[in-house]
Amino acid sequence: MKRLTLSSGMIVMLVTLASPVVFPQFAPPNAGVAPESAFSIPQAQLIQPEALNRLLQAGGTEKPLVLQVGSHVLFAEAHPPGTEYAGPGSQPAGIQLLHNRVNALSRKKLIVLYCGCCPWNRCPNVGPAFAKMREMGFTNVKVLYLADNFGTNWGEKGYPVEKGR
Amino acid sequence: MPRRLRLACLLVGVCLAANTAHAAELLLHKQAPEIVLMDLNGKRVDLHAYRGKVVLLDFWATWCAPCQLEMPRFVAWQKQYGPRGLRVIGISMDDEPELARKLYKKLRVNYPVMMGNEKVGELYGGVLGLPVTFLIDSHGVVRAQFQGETDLNAMEEKLKALLLQP
Repeated sequence: MKRLTLSSGMIVMLVTLASPVVFPQFAPPNAGVAPESAFSIPQAQLIQPEALNRLLQAGGTEKPLVLQVGSHVLFAEAHPPGTEYAGPGSQPAGIQLLHNRVNALSRKKLIVLYCGCCPWNRCPNVGPAFAKMREMGFTNVKVLYLADNFGTNWGEKGYPVEKGR
Repeated sequence: MPRRLRLACLLVGVCLAANTAHAAELLLHKQAPEIVLMDLNGKRVDLHAYRGKVVLLDFWATWCAPCQLEMPRFVAWQKQYGPRGLRVIGISMDDEPELARKLYKKLRVNYPVMMGNEKVGELYGGVLGLPVTFLIDSHGVVRAQFQGETDLNAMEEKLKALLLQP
């Protein structure tokens, strides 16, 4: 009986440990990372600048809605053409702005968020903004990965920008 | 590696390096663009009035974590090197002055802080990531630019060297 109990216990333990692997939809993304951190965004949801630029340049395809969720001043200086401002993600008012902008949209709409205020590991905006989108039920959200900042990783690479609020 | 491929790699490397260096060199060794803005206390600050002093011009924002790490150091430098001619000036790129004002008080900032905007950012080569710090010599010429998280010891050495110059 003791042996049976021990074996059962081990099986339960093994199943519990294995469940995030076998059933990944039940595993929290990047478990162990602070929920508001940019690192909380799953790798699969990141899009590189080159890839976004290709997407924006491609003819005949539905363009993504690109939303900057960082600083309005920096947005006004430069942003990819067609981008809208919907931030800052680190402030309740910014999250509300994001909510208001996307609420009427199809939850399957391809939406790309970005900030680029400072290095990725320091960004206070993309994490909360992505979390909000997830909470609202959006299933096709990508986040532009800017390792250093918008200027270095987009502007200085020669990708197109426009100015204005 | 075939010669053509080696040449292509070299060319790509040069282009990438040129691109990365572009923003940093935009203002280097050129006259610092003039700025006249109101500071958080409602006082008019004119960069030109600081000729004869070494100026550390710091673009920051309250949401910028590296900025908040730097600013206490800048406060200390203002105190330590002020008698030798250093003047630190902050430019907040926040959307709301109230946010900047709160941090200004919290960090006990002892130098003027102006509210920046996209025009000032563009004037200074495009401030598209923070922090950005410029060291301007006593003749108003930009002598150094630091983008992003920086070795503050290296910045301090550069600052001290500028303070020694006539």
